[in-house]
Amino acid sequence: MREARIPTDEIMGSGHLACQGCGATMAMRFALKALGRQTAMVIPACCWSVIDGTFPHSAVDIPIFHTAFETAAVTASGLKAGLEMRGDHETTVVAWAGDGGTFDIGLQSLSGAAERNEDIIYVCYDNEAYMNTGIQRSSSTPVGSWTTTTPVTNYKKRPKKNMVDILAAHEIPYIATGSVAFPEDLIRKFHKAKDIKGTKYIQILAPCPTGWKLSPELTVWAARKAVTSKVYPIMEVTENGNKIAVWKEFEPTSFKEYIKPQGRFRHLKEDEIAKIEKDIEARWQRLLAKEEMLSSIPGL
Amino acid sequence: MKKVVMGNHAVSYGVRASEAKVISAYPITPQTHVVELLSELVANGEIDAKFIKVESEHSAMAACVGASAAGSRAFTATSSQGLLLMTEMLHWAVGARLPIVLTNVNRAIGPPWSIWTDQNDSLSMRDVGWIQIYCESNQETQDAIPQAFKIAEEVQLPVMLVLDAFFLSHTYEIVDLLDVEKVREFLPPYNPELKIDPADPHSFGNLASADYYMELRYMIEEAMDEARGIIKRVGREFGEHFGRHYGMVVPYRCDDADVILVTSGTVASTTRAVIDEMRDEGIKIGALKIRVLRPFPFKEVSEVLCSAKKVAVLDRNISFGNHGIFYQEVKSALYGKTDIPILGYILGLGGRDVTPKVIREVADKAIKDKNPEPYINWIGVKK
Repeated sequence: MREARIPTDEIMGSGHLACQGCGATMAMRFALKALGRQTAMVIPACCWSVIDGTFPHSAVDIPIFHTAFETAAVTASGLKAGLEMRGDHETTVVAWAGDGGTFDIGLQSLSGAAERNEDIIYVCYDNEAYMNTGIQRSSSTPVGSWTTTTPVTNYKKRPKKNMVDILAAHEIPYIATGSVAFPEDLIRKFHKAKDIKGTKYIQILAPCPTGWKLSPELTVWAARKAVTSKVYPIMEVTENGNKIAVWKEFEPTSFKEYIKPQGRFRHLKEDEIAKIEKDIEARWQRLLAKEEMLSSIPGL
Repeated sequence: MKKVVMGNHAVSYGVRASEAKVISAYPITPQTHVVELLSELVANGEIDAKFIKVESEHSAMAACVGASAAGSRAFTATSSQGLLLMTEMLHWAVGARLPIVLTNVNRAIGPPWSIWTDQNDSLSMRDVGWIQIYCESNQETQDAIPQAFKIAEEVQLPVMLVLDAFFLSHTYEIVDLLDVEKVREFLPPYNPELKIDPADPHSFGNLASADYYMELRYMIEEAMDEARGIIKRVGREFGEHFGRHYGMVVPYRCDDADVILVTSGTVASTTRAVIDEMRDEGIKIGALKIRVLRPFPFKEVSEVLCSAKKVAVLDRNISFGNHGIFYQEVKSALYGKTDIPILGYILGLGGRDVTPKVIREVADKAIKDKNPEPYINWIGVKK
């Protein structure tokens, strides 16, 4: 991970409506620092439909178009086309959605936009459940987690959907994951995405203290531990889905430590934790193997 | 230039003449030709537009919403199930006050699968806030498109143009094709004051409390009311430019008519032929075509119908539990203005042919029928 200079321009104001310690708000602040003011954004139903503020106010000093839940990618596609037909080829168009609007209800239109290779940056700020409606499971919710629709007696048994692989299968030019604990990395990725033509997908782990049952001062801590415990690998997928670069230069930490302050995992018994840990390591090893395998195939 | 074209292609040529900048669509029978020709016209440079080939009708309307919010003229076409899938985004276009134009080819809703015409698809979108215009011929269909953009852009509300499946969509007629240069004099380029523009950043559609929401709805209704005058003015202006005038309703031999048949879409032309035949027999009968359903032309409808002794409404649709929809509309327009019987007839669902014989049956029945009973008159149904 290389260092990048953090721009001083604050495009997001402080008068937003997010909860204390909101990771999604940090994600927006970093993203806008990198993208700058020549940016237009589409926001579907998600926490950010509220965080932006109530009419007639907005917490963000770029044009925002709020749209229906499942339409972030396609509304952004239309917006980009509309701007281009007005002669504006400079503005960066961003779709900014939560994990529900990306992994679940918005997947169809995201797939459509990615297949057409629309010139947009699609950002999923991933807080791993429907937090705006009050903590219901999404297909991004990790295995083992409690939510209001996966009660402790029947917690989530299925793994988180692998959106990176799904997007990679669309052969788009740029895919990245990141975490709000690593702003320099995020800013570098947004700078990079801005200069690439075609569909860019950036997924940011944005802890939700309210939904994770986590103390608000631990947002950054959890966002860091998720990466160092290999739960949330941060990586870049380039060359139209054919090259993976996983960030590995960290001191590994344990899954157990990561979940300890999070109420959403509090019900897990030792053997259940051990099983999940084993799966995390296996997934990590498969990811590294894939990175290695793809790097051994010479490009055309 | 006159050319023999199918109804669907009349739509495409209307869009070409209107210089739409973003077109987004998904195929569905019987609309598909509209967007096939448009994608060809875009590909060969006859239209300077972007065509976004989306993965669903829901996305087609969402793409139009995005494009229109950016300040570009946006168009899509659909039918039946496709229109139903768009419902959420149809509402979005209204709330966001985006002047999108959509052509809906009237097709019956499944199950059972049917690709043939009736009006229940567009009529189930009656209360969404789109201006709705029903077309009767290929010429009218083409001419309606630049008018629709002009109306939409003035009142900042979307417009839905409706035409019958197969009876228009696949039927070839002579159409005087609109000239782009000439349409440009009639329809200026779209340049809205408020749009997505980083130089003038605004947040559109964010959370509005009860302190604001109701006023925003009030303004939509105000715009809809204002549209009544604008539709008429635009229809007149179109006539001045192209020699073909359009209004809210089209009365036919109504002045001294005892009975007036109320119709819409292609049934209107068949009805006029029957009216002529009956007039020859000395029967005082007339017909009123309703061209604009939203905003509903209360004034025009009641002015024409109040002079009659009896009104019969022909509905190619059914609101289960409460008559045909045009029947309800006409009845509400006449409330308190007259006590003549208003009779309702349901016919032609799922593409069943409404021939002159069928209309004659309705007319004869209407002359005989005394009260708006039985509850609903079904024409030609096999019981």
